[in-house]
Amino acid sequence: MPRPIYLDYNGTTPHDPEVIEAMRPFLETEFGNPSSSHWYGIAPKRAVEKARSQVAGFLNCSPGEIVFTSGGTESNNYAIKGIARSIAAKGEDKGNHIITSVIEHPAVLEVCHYLEKYGFKTTYLPVDSEGVINISDLKNALSPETILISIMHANNETGAIQPISEIAEIAKKHNIITHTDAAQSLGKIPADVKELGVDLLSVAGHKIYAPKGIGALYIRDSIIPEKFCQGAGQEMGKRAGTENVLEIVGLGKACEIASRDLEEKMNVMKSLRDRLHDGLIRKDCKIRLNGHPVKRLPNTLSLSFKGLEANRILEEMGLEVAASAGAACHADTVEISHVLEAMEVPVEWAKGTIRFSVGRMTTVDEIDKAIEVVAGAVKRL
Amino acid sequence: MTAINLDHMASSPLLPEVKEAMIEAINMDYGNPSSLHKVGEKASEVVENARSSVANLINASLPKEVVFTASGTGSVNHAIKGVAYANSGKGRHIVTSNIEHSSVIRSIRRLKMMDYNVTSVPVDEHGRVNPDDVANAIKKDTILVSIMHSNNEIGTIQPIEEIAKITKEKEIIFHTDAVDSVGVVPFDVQKMGADLVSFASNPFYGPTGVGGLYIRRGTRIWPLLDGGMQEYGKRAGTENIIGITGMGKAAELAKRDMDSRLIHLKELRETLLSEFPNFIDEYYINNHPEFSLPNLVSVSVKYIEGESVLLMLDDEDISIATRSACATGSLRASHVLMSIGRSHADAQGTMIITYGVDNTRDDIMRFLEEISKTVKTLRDISPLYNKIKK
Repeated sequence: MPRPIYLDYNGTTPHDPEVIEAMRPFLETEFGNPSSSHWYGIAPKRAVEKARSQVAGFLNCSPGEIVFTSGGTESNNYAIKGIARSIAAKGEDKGNHIITSVIEHPAVLEVCHYLEKYGFKTTYLPVDSEGVINISDLKNALSPETILISIMHANNETGAIQPISEIAEIAKKHNIITHTDAAQSLGKIPADVKELGVDLLSVAGHKIYAPKGIGALYIRDSIIPEKFCQGAGQEMGKRAGTENVLEIVGLGKACEIASRDLEEKMNVMKSLRDRLHDGLIRKDCKIRLNGHPVKRLPNTLSLSFKGLEANRILEEMGLEVAASAGAACHADTVEISHVLEAMEVPVEWAKGTIRFSVGRMTTVDEIDKAIEVVAGAVKRL
Repeated sequence: MTAINLDHMASSPLLPEVKEAMIEAINMDYGNPSSLHKVGEKASEVVENARSSVANLINASLPKEVVFTASGTGSVNHAIKGVAYANSGKGRHIVTSNIEHSSVIRSIRRLKMMDYNVTSVPVDEHGRVNPDDVANAIKKDTILVSIMHSNNEIGTIQPIEEIAKITKEKEIIFHTDAVDSVGVVPFDVQKMGADLVSFASNPFYGPTGVGGLYIRRGTRIWPLLDGGMQEYGKRAGTENIIGITGMGKAAELAKRDMDSRLIHLKELRETLLSEFPNFIDEYYINNHPEFSLPNLVSVSVKYIEGESVLLMLDDEDISIATRSACATGSLRASHVLMSIGRSHADAQGTMIITYGVDNTRDDIMRFLEEISKTVKTLRDISPLYNKIKK
């Protein structure tokens, strides 16, 4: 049986063949520990440093500002808890207020909830009906106590792109640190830390055709969040634990690939996504688009099918098309996702929301086939 | 001449079957285990199979008592901070030992900054903790005892079962850092009695970047990573499928081949220890004569510097360590060797030889020949040695 057409690239991506090739030596022959001073340590150490440069090149920062982690979740935990705790540990009268948004990934929301147990206060900014936060809400939320703003670069469910550079500019004026979870945006839209102006940025490998279980955190060199994982001195003393060399190499390569011809890749994704959207409209499906029509990731199409249940749609087409109801990371618990709720999508629409996301391996044929499958499933229901 | 790896503690090669399993995981692209669709289901199955293999290796009652982490260090951080944070209402006192790995030492040091207090028990001249010292260190507000199972520099194995009896009776959570033991020597969590056990995959020929934490059912602990509901809510983050697949396969093989591996390791140790006097004089073996890892020999050779030997042997394609790879670059004498009463000078002359299934008796013999030459060369140019010998 052929595999279903994969339209869940926001959930996870397959490995890029070039990523697999780059990793091969570290699976087959090079097993050394980068910390060893003998021969076996040399190639792994060089490989880790090359990967660090590749990630840095992609984000436009210096290699010393990149720390490898076990994924986007760890990067978010490190960034937010690290800043909160380092400020608390200094004992300075710096405040304990964090600003984030209602549409963040659980790896940000849960971290904020955790910090609330320790006396930190959080403001969760709302979003408009197109899933974008409003700068005036941010300005209103600022207080002398604010130490950190953490807003995602693009939303995983709707693809809505947030005004990060504006946020960072405001934060800078008030001497507040800015973090952005860029797990979803990388490789889909430009993400240059200098242009964004952020102090911390989270990277997740498996969203950019690298393995699961690897990620990175950009930490501007003037910023010192408290270390998340204590132990030996790996990662320039910023993250203890023997390096996951194999997957670090994969992430480095993935970043290098992602920085090549980004604009062309964006155009291809956008045309495939719009082909799917237009096709479903032509099939007379009663659909409604979630997220900003323009300020949106070029690969993401969140559609609500009126009066239907998302899980029924997924089941109906499950053997032929793989897509996602709510975000993949919490599909087990989704009723109406917190993102759609925040956008005040009417319930009869929200319940039937499917997120389609295309990627580098998606073909025109797959899209045309998917249109038939989705339209057929919806008609039968 | 082929290279000889006698620094398995820093890195062990992947076994061919482990590589194969990982290559399949890479090529198959199993998807995200949390997705509901067909592609995701397969990923979830792969993770659960690996969890069962690991649970089987350590004899956990339930697979879900095993949580996958990003390394041994990650497991230790999770165990220590997770217990400290979750039980701070009950107390803020922790008992540990003087010879722990840096991940334990520094996790605890971090907690000290948050007003936790710590008692560190000493070790005897072979690096062993006395369980009575642990019992005496426990106070009314003790919430955690963390003592390693085996030491990464001298190989000493601690009386974990006896310590567990004490902690069980006093209803205190007991964590053991077993990173260098699990998969190397038999390790049965039921017999050991610890509530939390940290381990990593590389010591039993699995990949780096993946480890595990055994959490006995009912142990009060918070996650270290907050976010999604992966790993039964105990550790957020999309699963490292390739690494977990490799670890699962390695665990399966470790269980299957444990006996034959132990015989092989003990033979290599026997060769090393019995032949040593034929090649070098004036040295100490730092291992415990009885309770020691079978794959590690720590030797302090007088009047030389271990680091010089390491570099000279490296030119001959032989890799050894002078201390834990994690501490490379640090010039301070090892806290472990200081704790067992070695002088600074002798600590500097210490080498750690760790071997594995891929080593042979010939490797050991070639190492002995080379080290004998190296030590002679270094002593010949040592003013101290020449002065003493006059």
